[in-house]
Amino acid sequence: MNLTTALARLLIFPGLLFAVPAAWFFLWVERKAVALMQGRVGPPFMQPFYDFIKLLGKSTPPRSGVSGLLMKAWPLIAVSSAAGAVGLLPVLPSSGGFQGDLILLLALLELPSMCIIAAGFSSRSIFGEIGSAREAVLSVAYNVVFLLAIVSIAASQHTFSLEALAVLPASPLRWLGILAILVCLPAKLHLNPFSLPNAEQEIYSGPMVEYAGPELAMWELSHGLEWVAATGLVATLAAPHITLVWLAALVFVGFMLAIVLMLSTLASATARLAIDTTVRFYWQCTLIFAVLAISSALFMRFRS
Amino acid sequence: MKLWNKLMCYSRRHSPWLFHMNAGSCNGCDIELVASLTPRYDAEQLGVRLEGSPRHADILCITGPVTHNAVNAIKTVYDQVCGPKAVVAIGSCPATTNVFIDSRTLDGPLNKHIPVDVFVPGCPPRPDAIIQGVAKAAAILAERGMNPPVTDLAIAAVSAEVRP
Repeated sequence: MNLTTALARLLIFPGLLFAVPAAWFFLWVERKAVALMQGRVGPPFMQPFYDFIKLLGKSTPPRSGVSGLLMKAWPLIAVSSAAGAVGLLPVLPSSGGFQGDLILLLALLELPSMCIIAAGFSSRSIFGEIGSAREAVLSVAYNVVFLLAIVSIAASQHTFSLEALAVLPASPLRWLGILAILVCLPAKLHLNPFSLPNAEQEIYSGPMVEYAGPELAMWELSHGLEWVAATGLVATLAAPHITLVWLAALVFVGFMLAIVLMLSTLASATARLAIDTTVRFYWQCTLIFAVLAISSALFMRFRS
Repeated sequence: MKLWNKLMCYSRRHSPWLFHMNAGSCNGCDIELVASLTPRYDAEQLGVRLEGSPRHADILCITGPVTHNAVNAIKTVYDQVCGPKAVVAIGSCPATTNVFIDSRTLDGPLNKHIPVDVFVPGCPPRPDAIIQGVAKAAAILAERGMNPPVTDLAIAAVSAEVRP
């Protein structure tokens, strides 16, 4: 029983069978929202699916040696870790089976960006290396805030378990943490004010510059899955606890869609910042916010 | 398998990603190519995306009467685009070298160096004509699949029957 529910969660909902179409859908929503903000009609509904299939049918440049193997491996690692992160989300309450906690989810969410850094450096392209360096600097900047926000949520609710966090009613402190996570999401998903690593005008899409065909398709998919996992994390923390299974799933997806719409609107309304401005933004403006959240969480913990 | 091939053909026709290359153009055609992606013409409805890297692209859009300096770059970039690929020559310059004909700085026209699938004539062509050319190139690409391109010169010319 436990094994079947765990497998169902990993493979069906919110696992692969739900996550891959959801990833394509969110990629479409992102592009469509940008198009609508610019007064265009935008791509058709199935566009990310067509892109994916087309990329699968393209050839890849010949690569040899260890770096060639590594370049093939990075997108696969990124996709599998992002899919694992989606599978961990506790959408269906009390489903039993393998229960991951917040720390595992964070690690799996972090892995795709590590893969991007490694991919840029193993592509041996100067643009890829610049993109990877930017990604590394960016991830150091936003992760401090992101991790502090997660820790403050966990400390204020006395648990790291995702299931427990989904069931517990949200405290005011948790909302502060969710806000801090939302501030970090554009950088985590490489969206516009902070889309430095994959800047297509300046560094020819950075770490992805040498990727083609099926490998690029895997990167697109991992980006979509990151969308699902990151918005799903916020939805898990923010959505109210509902015992009805289908209603819980519906509310969960609704929350995710709202976050996607919000972030894409922000992305289309802003221009790309320089790396120093971005780092200063995270270290100076939002760090104070995160430190406030965690200190009040710890203070409340010692009081109680 | 047949279904997969059909799906692949359909996907190729509906998701042409462009790489734009300037081979000594006066910038007129480049502006028109960018204009075809703007709200007024909105080529993204056909799935068109302007990519930064030739590795990501399906269709190579070349403007300008090929200068001596550009020849090696064109060949390199053409090899960097992964197959299946198509080439669209935008403007009169890559087709005939236009008013620069007989210039000693040129080594044109473009189809001397790489196989061109679609010519979009005009100086500069209207964005509608460019979009039509890209759509035609995507259809050629989908039909051809992984087969090598035919190096015949008279392949497909886009009629610039676009009302001003």
